[in-house]
Amino acid sequence: MRRHRPEVLRTPVGIVGVTLLTVLVLLAVLAPLLWGDRATATNTGNMLAGPSPEHWAGTDNLGRDILFRTLVATRLSLVLTLVATTLGVGLGLLLGLAPLLLPQRLGRLVVAFVNVLLGFPSLLMVLFLAVILGVSTTSALLAIGIAIAPPFARLVHALGAGVTERDFVAAARIAGVPPARIMVRHVLPNVAEPLVVNATVTASSVLLAFGGLSFLGIGVQAPQYDWGRLMQDGLAIIYDNPLAALAPGIAFVLTGLAFNLTGEAAAGTFGAKSRSRMRWPAPASPRPGTRDDADLAADRDGLVLDVRDLAVTFPGPDGPIPPVRGVSIALRAGEAVGVVGESGSGKSMTALAVAQLVEEPGRVTAERLAFCATDLRSGRRAAHDALLGTSLAVVFQDPMTSLNPVLRVGTQLGEAARRHQGLTRRQASARAADRLRAVHLAEPERRLRQYPHEFSGGMRQRAMIAMGLMGTPRLIVADEPTTALDMTVQRQVLDVLQEVRREHGTALLLISHDVSVVSSVCDRVLVMYAGRIVEDLPSADLHTQARHPYTRALIGAVPDMTTDLDAPLATIAGQPVDPRHVPDGCAFAARCPLVTDRCRQEEPTLQAGPVGAVACWHVDDPIPAETEEVAVG
Amino acid sequence: MRRLLVSLWILVTASFLMIQLVPGDPVRAALGTSAPAELVATRRAQLGLDDSLLDQYLTYVRNLFTGDLGESILTQLSVAETIGQRLLATLSLALPAFVLTFAIAVPVGVAMAVVTRRGRRRRAELTFVGTSIVLASIPEFVVCVALVAVFAVNLGLVPAAGRSGIDSYVLPVLALAIGPAAVLARIVRVEMLAVLDADYIRTARAQRLSALRIHLRHALPNAVTATLTLSGLMLATMVAGTVLVENVFAWPGLGGTIVSSIQSRDYPLVQGAVLVYGAIALTVNTLVDVGIAAIDPRSMIGDS
Amino acid sequence: MSRLDFEDVTVRYGHHTVLDGVSLSVPAHQIMGLVGESGSGKSTLARAAVGLAPLASGRVLLDGQPVRHQGRRRPIQMVFQDPFSSLDPRMSIGRSIAEALPERLRRAPQRAEIARLLELVHLDPGRAADSPGRLSGGQRQRVAIARALAGRPDVVLADEITSALDVSVQGAILNLVREMQRETGLTVLFISHNLAVVRYVATHVAVMAGGRIVEQGPTAEVFSGPASDYTRELLASIPGPAGGDVRQRSPESGANHDN
Ligand SMILES: Nc1ncnc2c1ncn2[C@@H]1O[C@H](COP(=O)(O)OP(=O)(O)OP(=O)(O)O)[C@@H](O)[C@H]1O
Ligand code: SF4
Ligand SMILES: [Mg+2]
Repeated sequence: MRRHRPEVLRTPVGIVGVTLLTVLVLLAVLAPLLWGDRATATNTGNMLAGPSPEHWAGTDNLGRDILFRTLVATRLSLVLTLVATTLGVGLGLLLGLAPLLLPQRLGRLVVAFVNVLLGFPSLLMVLFLAVILGVSTTSALLAIGIAIAPPFARLVHALGAGVTERDFVAAARIAGVPPARIMVRHVLPNVAEPLVVNATVTASSVLLAFGGLSFLGIGVQAPQYDWGRLMQDGLAIIYDNPLAALAPGIAFVLTGLAFNLTGEAAAGTFGAKSRSRMRWPAPASPRPGTRDDADLAADRDGLVLDVRDLAVTFPGPDGPIPPVRGVSIALRAGEAVGVVGESGSGKSMTALAVAQLVEEPGRVTAERLAFCATDLRSGRRAAHDALLGTSLAVVFQDPMTSLNPVLRVGTQLGEAARRHQGLTRRQASARAADRLRAVHLAEPERRLRQYPHEFSGGMRQRAMIAMGLMGTPRLIVADEPTTALDMTVQRQVLDVLQEVRREHGTALLLISHDVSVVSSVCDRVLVMYAGRIVEDLPSADLHTQARHPYTRALIGAVPDMTTDLDAPLATIAGQPVDPRHVPDGCAFAARCPLVTDRCRQEEPTLQAGPVGAVACWHVDDPIPAETEEVAVG
Repeated sequence: MRRLLVSLWILVTASFLMIQLVPGDPVRAALGTSAPAELVATRRAQLGLDDSLLDQYLTYVRNLFTGDLGESILTQLSVAETIGQRLLATLSLALPAFVLTFAIAVPVGVAMAVVTRRGRRRRAELTFVGTSIVLASIPEFVVCVALVAVFAVNLGLVPAAGRSGIDSYVLPVLALAIGPAAVLARIVRVEMLAVLDADYIRTARAQRLSALRIHLRHALPNAVTATLTLSGLMLATMVAGTVLVENVFAWPGLGGTIVSSIQSRDYPLVQGAVLVYGAIALTVNTLVDVGIAAIDPRSMIGDS
Repeated sequence: MSRLDFEDVTVRYGHHTVLDGVSLSVPAHQIMGLVGESGSGKSTLARAAVGLAPLASGRVLLDGQPVRHQGRRRPIQMVFQDPFSSLDPRMSIGRSIAEALPERLRRAPQRAEIARLLELVHLDPGRAADSPGRLSGGQRQRVAIARALAGRPDVVLADEITSALDVSVQGAILNLVREMQRETGLTVLFISHNLAVVRYVATHVAVMAGGRIVEQGPTAEVFSGPASDYTRELLASIPGPAGGDVRQRSPESGANHDN
């Protein structure tokens, strides 16, 4: 935790919290020494006086100074808070960790017990215990300590169980590390931080609980006094002197804030990072020298999707981050184009940008961004809703999370059609049933009434495709549609996509990290690296005609059913490019076996070749034989 | 379901054991050292404290089913009747406070989530979070006193205490709802932010639904279930909060009863009150579970 | 010899039978692949072998002897799928590896042993003091392999160790697994859903479905002449050149599967 403290102090909120805490601790130590006498000195001649220069907050019914009493009460209030918190936290740790160490049955019993206790508000438990233990400061202390234990125990258990489920704990167990040692070495260090934060916040609720009890007259007993008692006394004379009740009230609020602010700052609610200014680029200037293809202008009309120089930028702390840097894609009706590349190369961002789904604060710029001959850059986004809603279908990677869990599948399928095509509820549901049938889901009517969790992954992905088919899609953008699916189900989903293409002449933009999926479905493959397309070639030629060193390595690194079993797989040394630090020159230079000085200085552009286009200065050089492999990836 | 039954059983047993666990003679403690010995003996007999523990327990449970909670040691009035009269006053505070809490927290939380999403309007976000932390740091009874000081004492707008006309409800309900509403609004915002980043919201946007429909039909129910899951305990705690609020406003509710009976050691009355509070808390928890189940088809009652 | 045998192993969670009388023998000093769909019980089988899953019935034998799950020396080690969960973020990678060493060593020999293991997986020994947060996914997976080897095991279970990695890194890890096995003569059970990967690394293969083994044998034989329908279906689903190419398939095939 010590390592964390400076971070708490780095935010203004944390500084306020910690300063308040320090002042309170000083008061707790010093106030009784300095003003202890004045706080207890009675003055029958000056009872129940209002605020005056001598008594800033007035006096109570025995003529004692309320301000000093409030200051002196800091010690008792804080000490009680800390003792009760320590007690509760200790008990909570015990109850929370026990299920992780005890045999399973016993552990479950403890968890169940804690769960039942949790059902009862802690004030009720305090009252209950106050009855049994009698009305006294000690019993209030015990009662509050016990009452805060269950919520803390639950937190400890939840966090601890979260850590024990992780693989590194399993690995330690397999390695024969004893359970107690696992607890100390692996579990506790990984849960300490949130627990400390929570204990701080718990302290604030203990303060309130104790104050509440004293206020009710069943906590601290006279002649001792804490803020709660002072408030109760003050309430009796609130008509004469509101400050009598408000002074201890203010003390409560400041102390509560001290705990809460410190806790929140430590928890990162007011994260230091998020406060730093995000910087925006100067207006993007068009990138020079992309593929020279003025000749294509003639048949632009036939294109379903026509994207030139697409760029996506996010603001970052050290200037703009460009995940996509000038991508051009042209898709004809019925054509299927695949996009492959490593993780983080910008594939998904490209897909989202094409589908007009990049959210703030991301920015999409393009020299041309036309879908079905409509320029998507002009006008408000909403203006294109009807077109995009009926003619563009999007399928995402994770079918488990891509459908809304609380809405029926039928509702989700039908709503776009009702909005964009003006169908009635009944028409929409008839169409939805028809579409589910089209993607080979049996009993579509029954399926429509079900919720997504009643569907398997493959069925959900087909429902997503059916959703896209509610209109008459001219283009399907599918981002890793089968990555989360099993091999046999993947095949079924790919089959459905192919069928749609054939029947409706729909174009397909298929994104995948899996070269074999893309090459089995698509006519053309685009290889992306660091936000650029580095090679564009027919998928039939992928294994034989790839010219870019990255493409060649990518293909060689993935075994297929014909890979030579005696040779090692190709490897790509080093790390992918972080879009925050895109190097000058060729982005692949740091990992490329063919790199020369020219590559590091000048960025190659896509140049048309015999079968496609490639962006590399040394396309036809042979790749040197496999060198000794060192610390890769 | 099973958990509810187990909890109820534990509640009943605990409230029964409460009297047994009091050190010394509870009747003597209640009546004071000066009370004549035969009075103490009669009361002991009336309470059945001389029977075997099992017998007492069975009688206690049997009586519960007939709605008989015993008699107050001090006033000898029926506990059930006393509590019955007071309960209504307490519920008439707690229910409006629940409603108010949600009525404030949900719209504010949702609006803040939508407005401050993805690092927009940092200042609004900081103000909101800061305000909610400050409000949550103020104990109910301090809120009460401050409200009384300002609106009743200084401005004289509403009565400072007692249960009379509709205006006497304003301050206590407000005092009860402010803290929880601040906390809940923050939870709603965080949950809403998480939901708005979910894949299915992206799906809804990909379908080009209207912003209103995306936020209210797609995002809100999910955010509310998550919020309820997290805040069930807090609502039960609000029930307990009435004890303090009633104390400040001299509200003739169950809270005053339980405090005064603890101080006067009127154990049967305490017993009854603890039982009723516990039952209310359990009811609230169960209602929350039912609410979640109604919104979210994945969760089923009895699972928890 | 270090031959791993599962004899009639059954694992139940509640009423759910995850493994249903699985008998499988992993030949000594070989890599055996285990393929099957998600949920078919592959990981549970591995976890049963190291004592992380409770056996309802059956035995796991190492060279004919029941495997012990007590004491410091554990002859079976495991490498997990998720490189981001398999190393303690609060522990340096050197300490993570040291923890798995079967006997306590003095400081200097321990450091030497850690360096040896890191070099074995092609990592710079100088990085022993680094925390996992500073390593890429592939590097973490190398550390996890080094940790498994630290226990001087006879058998290593590799559970989908490349499926969370980028394709460009996968190749390097597969090379490493083959190289490692060749050098140390380990017995390896290599779990993967990717048939091409299994074909590349494993000499033997077992196919799992619904908590049972449906087929096992030498990889080349099983893949060229599958005996069970399920294996055939799996093989037909492989996209790409040697698998059935979607483009040439009739629209009816593969349709109407409601799963
Ligand atoms: N909101 C954002 N702010 C800054 N950078 C972002 C943001 N969203 C994404 N990025 C960055 O954009 C880059 C490209 O991401 P993208 O998701 O397109 O990659 P991908 O090729 O789809 O990878 P994967 O194969 O893992 O899906 C990543 O480096 C990512 O960190
Ligand atoms: S341009 Fe140079 S560095 Fe870039 S891929 Fe070609 S050869 Fe390699
Ligand atoms: Mg992606």
